[in-house]
Amino acid sequence: MKKSFAYPYGVWMVIFILAPILLVGVYAFTSGDGHFTLHNFTYLPGYLPVFGRSFWLALISTAVCLLLGYPMAYIMSQLSASRQSLCMMLIMLPMWMNFLLRTYAWMSILENNGFLNQFFRQIGLISFLQTQFAYPLDYIPLINTSGAVVLGMVYNFLPFMVLPIYTVLIKLDSKLIEAAQDLGAPTHLVFRRVIFPLSLPGVISGITMVFVPSVSTFVISQMLGSGKYLLVGDLIDLQFMGGAYNPHLGSAIALVMMLLIFLCMWVMNKFDDGTSEQGGLML
Amino acid sequence: MKKFLKDFYLLLIFLFLYAPIVVLMVFSFNNSKSRRLWHGFTTRWYIELFQDADILHSLYVTLLVAILAAALATLIGTAAAIGIHNMRRRTRSVYLAVNNIPMSSSDTIMGVTFMLLFAALHLDKGYLTLLLSHVTFCVPYVVLNVMPKLRQLDRNAYEAALDLGATPYQALWKVILPEIRPGIVTGAIMAFTMSVDDFVVSYFTAGTTSQPLSVVIYSMTRHRMTPKINAVSTILFLFVLVLLIVINMRQVRDEKRRQAQKGGRT
Amino acid sequence: MKRNVCLFCMVLCCLLSGCETNNRAAVLNVYNWGEYIDTDLIKQFEQQTGIDVVYNTFDSNENLYSRIQTTSYDVIIPSDYAISRFIKEGMLRPLNYENIPNMAYIDAQYTHLAFDSEQKYSVPYTWGVVGIVYNSKYVDEADIGSWDLLWNPKYKNRTAMFNNSRDALGLALMYLGYSQNTTDRDALRQAADLIKAGKPIYQGIWMDQILEKLPSEEIVAAPYYNGDAVTMIDENDDLRFYVPQEGTNLFVDAMCIPKNAKNVEGAEKFINFLCSTEAAMANWEYVGYSSPHTGVYEQLDAEIQQDPLYFPDVSTFKTEVFQSLPEETNQYYNDLWVDILT
Repeated sequence: MKKSFAYPYGVWMVIFILAPILLVGVYAFTSGDGHFTLHNFTYLPGYLPVFGRSFWLALISTAVCLLLGYPMAYIMSQLSASRQSLCMMLIMLPMWMNFLLRTYAWMSILENNGFLNQFFRQIGLISFLQTQFAYPLDYIPLINTSGAVVLGMVYNFLPFMVLPIYTVLIKLDSKLIEAAQDLGAPTHLVFRRVIFPLSLPGVISGITMVFVPSVSTFVISQMLGSGKYLLVGDLIDLQFMGGAYNPHLGSAIALVMMLLIFLCMWVMNKFDDGTSEQGGLML
Repeated sequence: MKKFLKDFYLLLIFLFLYAPIVVLMVFSFNNSKSRRLWHGFTTRWYIELFQDADILHSLYVTLLVAILAAALATLIGTAAAIGIHNMRRRTRSVYLAVNNIPMSSSDTIMGVTFMLLFAALHLDKGYLTLLLSHVTFCVPYVVLNVMPKLRQLDRNAYEAALDLGATPYQALWKVILPEIRPGIVTGAIMAFTMSVDDFVVSYFTAGTTSQPLSVVIYSMTRHRMTPKINAVSTILFLFVLVLLIVINMRQVRDEKRRQAQKGGRT
Repeated sequence: MKRNVCLFCMVLCCLLSGCETNNRAAVLNVYNWGEYIDTDLIKQFEQQTGIDVVYNTFDSNENLYSRIQTTSYDVIIPSDYAISRFIKEGMLRPLNYENIPNMAYIDAQYTHLAFDSEQKYSVPYTWGVVGIVYNSKYVDEADIGSWDLLWNPKYKNRTAMFNNSRDALGLALMYLGYSQNTTDRDALRQAADLIKAGKPIYQGIWMDQILEKLPSEEIVAAPYYNGDAVTMIDENDDLRFYVPQEGTNLFVDAMCIPKNAKNVEGAEKFINFLCSTEAAMANWEYVGYSSPHTGVYEQLDAEIQQDPLYFPDVSTFKTEVFQSLPEETNQYYNDLWVDILT
């Protein structure tokens, strides 16, 4: 078979993957009139809170996704084959309703007069709080908080956590588990010593697939957050398409962001033994 | 009891995943522009939807780009996977590393890099830029789905075909491709799904006449949303639902048939 | 497999043939503020001329500035200070008024203004003032009258602020008693700090989202333009509008043709069409912004002519028009803005 089959894609990758990254580098180190400068990077220390906030929120939502997603994947992997494929379908299906719309629908649910607060009023929760604890508002603030942003991230990226873990779990050799059970290991020990370590490649690729989009999102924070606090994604959007046009500065931010993401992934991959050539990404 | 808890957990997660979708679908029948208060049943948004050339055009752009991108990505990606599979270890790891970049660098950063590239190439934003960028982020999914199938492939089958007088292309077409077909199909479906679901990359690369649905929705979320959008997504959703059920049923049928054949043989 | 390929090709052909019919020769790219035109007018124009209008919206002059760097539009409708910045940077095309005869209807009061003193590049579209829209059901009458409503802790989590640097800092400057066109860094810093201090009080920092959140009572007060106040009051009659006593910004939005426009002829036709009395009237009814069109103003009842909501009497309060700022100050605005949101 021919290795030359890969050459067109090689050329494609050079033009559409490597060249653009190089361009970002060039933009980051030049000023508007094309001269070399480090000026763009002098802004970055001031953006530390933005980077900090983005990484913190992404970290929380990744952790929540893992906590929700792992049991989900585990339970799914034990179902009968037909129910497994039904679950798979149910997880993939929402992706077909554009994620902007799904996020937008959360606005109707979370707003001060949204469905949840309407519900709280109906069951008398709000008046209970008001009378018993002198609660000052007639709603519970849900939208336009960091919590809402995390919720949006978890909601949108949960499938990216469940699917890779599930894929690894169904491939697990059941003989290993049976062997452990035969040797008298209690259930929790089987899980901790056998199942979980073996599913680690899936967990790691799940973490990456949730963390990376969360840390750089700008839509979720614009829709469910208040617009009062920027995330890195917002900052980049602001420089390229938003109110503070400066692609050079935007490139510098994007470049640093890219390096930070790769750093995180490199650290993550240290935990993996590296044998599972991206096996977890397969759906 | 334990089983009940497990089912309950699944139910809760699916409730979480589908609650907003139910809200969207229900309010596509709301007789008012409000997205919180119910004002009675109507189908007028569906009627208005089919008179709204802009939304229909954006739906068309979404589907056209997704189909073309998935097709191109499948072609390029399958060929690339076969090529990469036959490379020496070092070249292969370089290829795979670069192939991984679009998936592991975020879509925001990718969108920005495309924007700079097209500006540098003096390409006006439009169908072409949209398609090129979509193909770029779709190919890796195809490659990563085809590669494992190639690894499972028996190398001897290809050699045997050659020994029996097949030309290399015949061997490829008749021996290799049928074997890796499941990988190609999954890759193509994933590429298509990613393209349809994408907003961020399109946001940075679409021109004024080639705005996919997601970009139109985005600019609406900045102002006011029309329930026509709920209607169009309900239709899209139901369409995919039916499609998936049909595919699922076909799979179950094939499975049964295969098992029956196996049973007959032994 | 073969059958699937055939099917796929058929679908593709169908889609591509759709592409053909959509790519009509004459396309006109119009870029306007959200909710700022009677959309029926676009249809009328398309029917009259056969030109296919591609209509998109932006939500601040700053966004517009970013977007037109990489996308070419045929007609844009920026505000005064943005227009003078575009002129200074050579981004606009001088208009040929021979092709826009309806320019004659534009009240001379709104032509030859500072942003385009030779009246070479723009055709005034609307004018208006910034004020505060509030919900009389929730906001005490005693608390209104000044910009300080936006910093009133009583309405914590129930107000909003503009999401663009010029409008937001402009009203803060006005509140502090500075000129909205100051280039003094200390004054600007103070204004930025003021907005920063207000962040815990605002539910959000938004632009057009306010149009939805005020009528639905998600928030009870926010700064906005008088024209949109009309629209919001139509939806919820508890809403009121006032111009703060410290004075406010007077703006004129005008139609321009960018230098990189591809359909100049169509753009001129479009501008001329919108300046016809019928179109301007329809637009006025739909948009609610004060019209600089003499034909519109004359047709209206005296009651509406004197309604401060429709045609604010700018002699009764202090107004200032945004001027284009030096590049250095623009940059400082950007820095301050990011700092506010950090």
